[in-house]
Amino acid sequence: MTQTHDKTVESRPTVSLDMRRMILTNGVPILFLVLSITMALVAGLNITFLLNEVVTRLGRNSLLVLSLLIPVTAGMGLNFSIVIGAMAGQAAAIAVTYWRITGVQGFLLACLLSTPIAAIAGWLAGNVLNRAKGREMITSMILGFFANGIYQLIFLFLVGPIIPLKDPAMLLPQGIGVRNTVDLINISQALDKIWRPVIGGVRIPVVTLLVSAGMCVLIGFLLKTKIGQNLRAVGQDMHIAEVMGIKVDKTRIIAMILSTVIAGWGQLIFLQNIGTLNTYNSHEQVGMFSIAALLVGGASTRRATIWHAIAGVILFHTLFVVSPLAGQRLFGVPQIGEYFRVFVAYGIIAVALALHAWQGRQVRRQEIKEAMLTE
Amino acid sequence: MMPRLKQTVEHIGVPRLIIAGFLAIIFVIAYLTDMSVPQLITDSLVRVGMNGILVLAMVPTISCGVGLNFGLPVGVLSGLVGALISMERGLAGFPGLLAAIVFAVPIAVVVGYLYALLLESVKGQEMMVGTYVGFSTVAVMCIFWLMAPFKNPELIWAIGGKGLRFTLTLGNHFGKVLNNFAVFQLFGVKISGGLLGFFLLFCLLIYLFYRTKLGIAMVAAGANPVFARSAGIDVRQMKAVGVVLSTVLAAVGIIIYAQSYGFLQLYMAPLMMAFPAVAAILIGGASLQKATISNVIIGTILFQTLLTTALPVTSRVIQGDISEVARLIISNGMILYALTRPTGGK
Repeated sequence: MTQTHDKTVESRPTVSLDMRRMILTNGVPILFLVLSITMALVAGLNITFLLNEVVTRLGRNSLLVLSLLIPVTAGMGLNFSIVIGAMAGQAAAIAVTYWRITGVQGFLLACLLSTPIAAIAGWLAGNVLNRAKGREMITSMILGFFANGIYQLIFLFLVGPIIPLKDPAMLLPQGIGVRNTVDLINISQALDKIWRPVIGGVRIPVVTLLVSAGMCVLIGFLLKTKIGQNLRAVGQDMHIAEVMGIKVDKTRIIAMILSTVIAGWGQLIFLQNIGTLNTYNSHEQVGMFSIAALLVGGASTRRATIWHAIAGVILFHTLFVVSPLAGQRLFGVPQIGEYFRVFVAYGIIAVALALHAWQGRQVRRQEIKEAMLTE
Repeated sequence: MMPRLKQTVEHIGVPRLIIAGFLAIIFVIAYLTDMSVPQLITDSLVRVGMNGILVLAMVPTISCGVGLNFGLPVGVLSGLVGALISMERGLAGFPGLLAAIVFAVPIAVVVGYLYALLLESVKGQEMMVGTYVGFSTVAVMCIFWLMAPFKNPELIWAIGGKGLRFTLTLGNHFGKVLNNFAVFQLFGVKISGGLLGFFLLFCLLIYLFYRTKLGIAMVAAGANPVFARSAGIDVRQMKAVGVVLSTVLAAVGIIIYAQSYGFLQLYMAPLMMAFPAVAAILIGGASLQKATISNVIIGTILFQTLLTTALPVTSRVIQGDISEVARLIISNGMILYALTRPTGGK
């Protein structure tokens, strides 16, 4: 959008205007880059430790963040209901653990198993969001909470009496409901372990990173196909897309299905890296952290690219690693660091959403100014 | 006959009928399993008075066009600060409660105004931004509670002499002063006139506010901003009034909640406070654009009675605590229902 405007303005754009536009459009990642560097300096962190942490987290979280891209392209905003995909992944992880299928096979089976669950859930979520056009984000967030209730109902009350899972080691003492933590020893690090060379003191989970890179390529390719064009058309303007003969509702449902399925796989990658499943907590923060990461990368609710996702994961998780330590250094009370970390996660989303709303106004104002100058 | 029935159902609303049906089943089970029904009603009424004003806080933001106030924690935190100042001074009983409200309101006005300015700049995304502003304010205040200059040994950690405790007992301060005021019995049901009277007083105050010129202008600004602007109403200012009013009600609401509960909960406790309040008013029949005092009263009674009675009654039938799960499903299901309604507007 902005590029086409650049071309129409021939005489005026000076260097300072370009600089301002660059800072305006990339304000968020620049702000967080500065913040990360400052905090890293304050915390006085070992650079190898920091790199190790960031690389591990890049492998662990990329896929979850990438799962957000398609709904943004389809104009549905940030999909907070990727937690539903994460729940599907966890259900699959629990099943695989129960069947004692180990290693890469176990991991792949879990991915395979999570796909239909996530697809159905995504289809349902898509239908719900189609009825809430214009407020998809808040609806998807509440949908995530609602799904959490259903998830708890299934795993606390139905597993045991109705769903035949009979491993006492996995069930709560009374025989109903899955325990709060499930040791995923079978698929723990299944993907990371395959090839993990150490380069300059930094351990690199090559296969996990390759999977994420593969997903980037796949999403990039998908967006170039007919479906991708439809998604973009719907994202730009639903009414025009409808007139063009695109089935808007169906396209949006496809976006949600794809997002939820990718999120399911993403959660499995996350879990295999962590190695234990907090049955009732592991998924709760997924939506929030992934969205925070994507926004930090400079994405907006209307535009998000693969680069935003990657830059976002790196920046957000750098901040996530250094902020508690910086908080502790600055104030001396260990708990302050902990709460500071919570604040960073919530605050980033609030700031990013607010900044983007404000930025949208600034850019629009400038466009009007430029249009008047060309008159 | 059929169209008339359909009309009645539409008038009352499907979700309200379902929840009322649920409640009826619960009370029948309670009666059949020899539970004390008056006791259940007594407990429910306490919960209604406890949560009522927090639910009432949703009305101004809905009617001024901002939508559901998911940023309720912003007001709740102002209320907590007010309560803490009152406790720090060692005030007790009614003066303590009154002082807490008096200290909290100005804070809530200032904070609410700032919050309104922020919401104004993110028009269209108020609910989303509000949610996260609420969340991040709670986190900031967690740090504040640790560093705050409170000296009263009752409030701070015994070791270290700094930082407020997670939960503060209100027994020596203003705990239960309203609950224990003007209590009377009716058919075996204990009714706290103080608590319920206070809630109804606030309902009346808000009702009267909507009869004033300012209140009418605010509703007009929310219902049709373009028309309101042409009628010479400052829409921006009216929205600010709605947000400030909501924040003040949230501040008072949490003080009443805490005095009824007997404890002041700090740190992460206010994080999810907005959601039950949102659910309650929606159950009462409010939409994203329109909310009335009767929505507040009906919604609070239905939702809180359900929550209060679900645990003791269902635990007789089902093993384990299903009430928490039921709360999640019902409250979020209700919010989803409101968000996906075609009449919900843009």
